[in-house]
Amino acid sequence: MFVYADNAATTQIAPQVLDAMLPYLKEQYGNPSTLYRLGRDAKIAIEKARAQVAEVIGAKAEEIFFTGSGTESDNMALKGVLYGPAGKGKKHLITTKIEHHAVLHTAMALEKEGFRVTFLEVDQNGQVKLDQLEQAIDEDTALVSIMAANNEVGTIQPIQQIGEICQRHGVLFHTDAVQAFGHMPLDVTAMHIDLLSLSAHKINGPKGTGALYIRKGLGLKPVIEGGGQERNRRSGTENVAGIVGLGAAAQLARETMEEESQRLKKLSRKLIDGVLQIPETILTGDPVNRLPGTCSFAISAIEGESMVLYLDMEGICTSTGSACSTGSLDPSHVLMAIGLSHEVSHGSLRVSLGRFNTEEDVDYIIEKLPQVVERLRAMSPVWNRK
Amino acid sequence: MLYSEKVMDHLAHPRNVGEIADANAVGEVGNLKCGDIMKIFMKIDENEVIQDVKFQTFGCGAAVATSSMATELVKGKTVKEALQLTNAAVAEALDGLPPVKMHCSVLAEEAIKAALANYYKGQGKDPVEFVGCTGDCQACHGEEEHTH
Repeated sequence: MFVYADNAATTQIAPQVLDAMLPYLKEQYGNPSTLYRLGRDAKIAIEKARAQVAEVIGAKAEEIFFTGSGTESDNMALKGVLYGPAGKGKKHLITTKIEHHAVLHTAMALEKEGFRVTFLEVDQNGQVKLDQLEQAIDEDTALVSIMAANNEVGTIQPIQQIGEICQRHGVLFHTDAVQAFGHMPLDVTAMHIDLLSLSAHKINGPKGTGALYIRKGLGLKPVIEGGGQERNRRSGTENVAGIVGLGAAAQLARETMEEESQRLKKLSRKLIDGVLQIPETILTGDPVNRLPGTCSFAISAIEGESMVLYLDMEGICTSTGSACSTGSLDPSHVLMAIGLSHEVSHGSLRVSLGRFNTEEDVDYIIEKLPQVVERLRAMSPVWNRK
Repeated sequence: MLYSEKVMDHLAHPRNVGEIADANAVGEVGNLKCGDIMKIFMKIDENEVIQDVKFQTFGCGAAVATSSMATELVKGKTVKEALQLTNAAVAEALDGLPPVKMHCSVLAEEAIKAALANYYKGQGKDPVEFVGCTGDCQACHGEEEHTH
């Protein structure tokens, strides 16, 4: 049996998404910037996708700008605001310690250039402390960047309250919604979001396509200069098939979000209950406010990388944030930020369910994981000491 | 980061897992904080031949595979031969390790030496004389070069 349970890493392309894309990889190969029919048709396809994406987050189509990835969208948002007119010359950025590296490393790069960056702490569930956010904002703050939902532990942030705080202080608010987009309701108006990053491949769309929502009127300095595509905000000939795929995936996600999130919540509940039967195992992240499909655990006395490799031998794809997997001596920054010790983080395991997972998949994981854990514990001097 | 087929084979089918109840050489290296612990048990006979060797390891795929390979390389050897085991030999026998995982082979060498030091101690001899490093050093403090 083969069970793909690493949907937070990437997802399988949905058949209807692939069908929508294929013409643009075959006969509809026109450059959208050209004048003839072939090019115009490509342009029309891009504009349709723009509307499809906008609708998911309650934005206007003209506020969506296509990019090459969620990472690029994050770079564009942070650098674009701080270097550009929207930043008004202010030099302070606020973000959190549990952001994806796309935001974290961009923030660190900006810090090296002389910008001031506040990295907010989170509580043991991975939630930002709102009073600390409010205290961190000062007259030099240009931008607050806080992810909508965390990729490793699945914790969902109080985005609306964060948006309200930012609005009250007249500070721009960017959210990295790469994990959240299409998986939970997001409304840029109700949540006071000025910029939002998203990606196609987390919602059964293709890799290599993302987008950034930019509230109308905000002036960002482009990260990529060139022929002026995407209304001068992001140059480079458009990835037409990818963009069409993002549009189709966004529509699919919007139409099925309600039932799909209920279904995933049920499957996750079963998975979590099953995995927590393993002695000395904890659920990491927020027990309630979490993405419907992302389940993350810490299993004591064994190491995450071995667990992932042993699960792979059983045909199950998962991931870990353990130190051994990061290639350094430290576990993932997220597990550290939520206060897990090195010892506990070693046994980190993320199982993330998605659109194509079934109850049989969950049953199979619940059957195989305890066997893997038992096997690794049998050879663990740490477990045998107990 | 890719593991060789040999590493994957030793991970999937680790040789010599377990413990030896009447072992006369036991060594443990590593610590929980840095995420690798290896424990080696040996049964050494009166001719100083390693009759049996077992291991227990907490750690990543490379940690399990290097433990497994190290026990294979010293099994049936004399104590003096086993003392010649190097981390490079363990890594080579596994068709190489990713650079970030080389420290696992260092730990495997140290685990073998720690067990041998324990053996000499049991014989009433000063282990440092034979083993040099007594195996209680830490392989994983982020130093590329491992020196004693």
